[in-house]
Amino acid sequence: MFSLLGVPPQVLFGQLLLGLINGSFYALLSLGLAVIFGMLNVINFAHGALYMVGAFVAWLLLTYAGVGYWGALVVAPVVVGLLGIVLEKTMLSRLYKLDHLYGLLLTFGLALILEGAFRHQYGVSGQPYPIPAALQGGQNLGFMFLPNYRAWVVVASLTVCFGTWFAIERTKLGAYLRAATENPTLVQAFGINVPVMVSLTYGFGVALAGLAGVLAAPIYQVSPLMGTNLIIIVFAVVVIGGMGSILGAIITGLGLGLLEGLTKVFYPEASNIVVFVVMAIVLLIKPAGLFGRER
Amino acid sequence: MSAASNSTSVAMRGPSRGSTMATTLIAAVLLLIAVAAPFVLYPVFLMKVLCFALFACAFNLLIGFAGLLSFGHAAFFGGAAYVTAHVVKEWGWAPEFGLLAATVVAAGLGLVFGLIAIRRQGIYFAMITLALSQMVFFLALQLPFTHGEDGIQGVPRGTLFGLFDLSQPLTMYYTVLAIFVAGFALIWRTVHSPFGQVLKAIRENEPRAVSLGYRTDRYKLVAFVLSASLAGLAGGTKALVFQLASLTDVTWQMSGEVVLMTLLGGMGTLFGPVVGAGLVVTLESYLASTSLPVPVVIGCIFVVCVLVFRRGIVGELLARLPRRGH
Repeated sequence: MFSLLGVPPQVLFGQLLLGLINGSFYALLSLGLAVIFGMLNVINFAHGALYMVGAFVAWLLLTYAGVGYWGALVVAPVVVGLLGIVLEKTMLSRLYKLDHLYGLLLTFGLALILEGAFRHQYGVSGQPYPIPAALQGGQNLGFMFLPNYRAWVVVASLTVCFGTWFAIERTKLGAYLRAATENPTLVQAFGINVPVMVSLTYGFGVALAGLAGVLAAPIYQVSPLMGTNLIIIVFAVVVIGGMGSILGAIITGLGLGLLEGLTKVFYPEASNIVVFVVMAIVLLIKPAGLFGRER
Repeated sequence: MSAASNSTSVAMRGPSRGSTMATTLIAAVLLLIAVAAPFVLYPVFLMKVLCFALFACAFNLLIGFAGLLSFGHAAFFGGAAYVTAHVVKEWGWAPEFGLLAATVVAAGLGLVFGLIAIRRQGIYFAMITLALSQMVFFLALQLPFTHGEDGIQGVPRGTLFGLFDLSQPLTMYYTVLAIFVAGFALIWRTVHSPFGQVLKAIRENEPRAVSLGYRTDRYKLVAFVLSASLAGLAGGTKALVFQLASLTDVTWQMSGEVVLMTLLGGMGTLFGPVVGAGLVVTLESYLASTSLPVPVVIGCIFVVCVLVFRRGIVGELLARLPRRGH
């Protein structure tokens, strides 16, 4: 059996695949954060919690309503998105005139409530969620075994990411959105209902988190704590990429996922902190982030 | 945080004679209460309050007086607790040197964090400090000397300066009180110094402070290091009091908790964090005996504070007092 840099190829590609999957989740979540931040100037601390809620909605649907994976893939993001719109209308919208940090603090409180409530109800142990029948099994690529579901996750999240990029950068609705990001007052003067647009943006951003939650459910277990540590890594991803660019968020997410996978192969002890180290280095060299503009 | 400027006029009235005298009077009364308290209340509980109060005051120095929201202060608090626990238990250092080591290490950590984090402002500053402190959390989880999930247990309290036996609850209590008063006095002094005035200027309008010729990054860095050191001192003290250093103190939830204490008590007020720390610690020890989930309650208080109670308790009180002095 040949080996690359002293590492068997199965291990290397296995970890790279794992990194790619993690990277897909980082990309989906940081994309949602970037969309929300662009419009609301709020860093959504509750993003990880809403990702967890998405996974739990899928699990609850399966357990109590018999709705399977494909149904959940549609219903869960809608539920999370609606929850997001309610939160935005009732709470976040009161804070826009204040310092942006209050938005961070509010969503931090919301994250504590959501995670605490699910933890109280379902405990800390994870609930297993089966892989849908159509995506079981896998392909033998010769150098590694590729489980079908994991390939699906990567393809699905990349499709959603680039779909979102296209919608924001290349469509009329996206143009309104970008214009409202630059100057909400002027856009409102043109007869566009900016407050509704803000609510929908928040709803859409958190729906992306909900979708990521459903995609993650069969890979990781559905547990109340699944979003907690993820969100901090995603924050680091956002800082590294800079929040100015949608494409930047996607590329940084995937890249850092892969880097994490590589670190797991060559220096496993550092795999938890490699993203943070990269963040520190990027900040020292290019404080605005790789794709960011200082504002 | 420039939003703290809503309550700026409330937060600090400047060193006018009347308010300084009133504050001194309040401080003296509080000190008397603190000296008498262990005869009424359980000393370990009081020491916990004092440790967290110092931690919150250190945090408030940044958010309240320099406008920097650090979401990573648990790294200094918990990291320093590990340092004290390790040098006292494994190397047999005296408690005073254990605390000194905690403060010095926290200061060093603060310098590193500060150098990286002050390159960005506002929300980014919060996210960067959070990410860096998460790195410290993972280090604490993996490094051998912290003993992972178990933490460092059975830390001996030792004898302070070779004179005071800290295993006596009252001796320990007065030591903690002395540490708290010293830390608080240092913060007071800092806030009322020309240095503190520059910090406030940066909080209110950083570009203007720059245009007046102040190197704002340096001021922010010094404030950050000072805040980190005091948070470390608080963490080291807590390790001695509970004879334990554990992962709990380095988690991001701990960073959130100190934000809550400060927010609840009143950002940018001197006594606010003390009140907030007292309330949160009391609430948590009460909740521990009920079946209510603590994070949910804490989260609700957070949301209510942010939505309708941004001045905090002491901030509200000050806002209702008739103006004096000027």
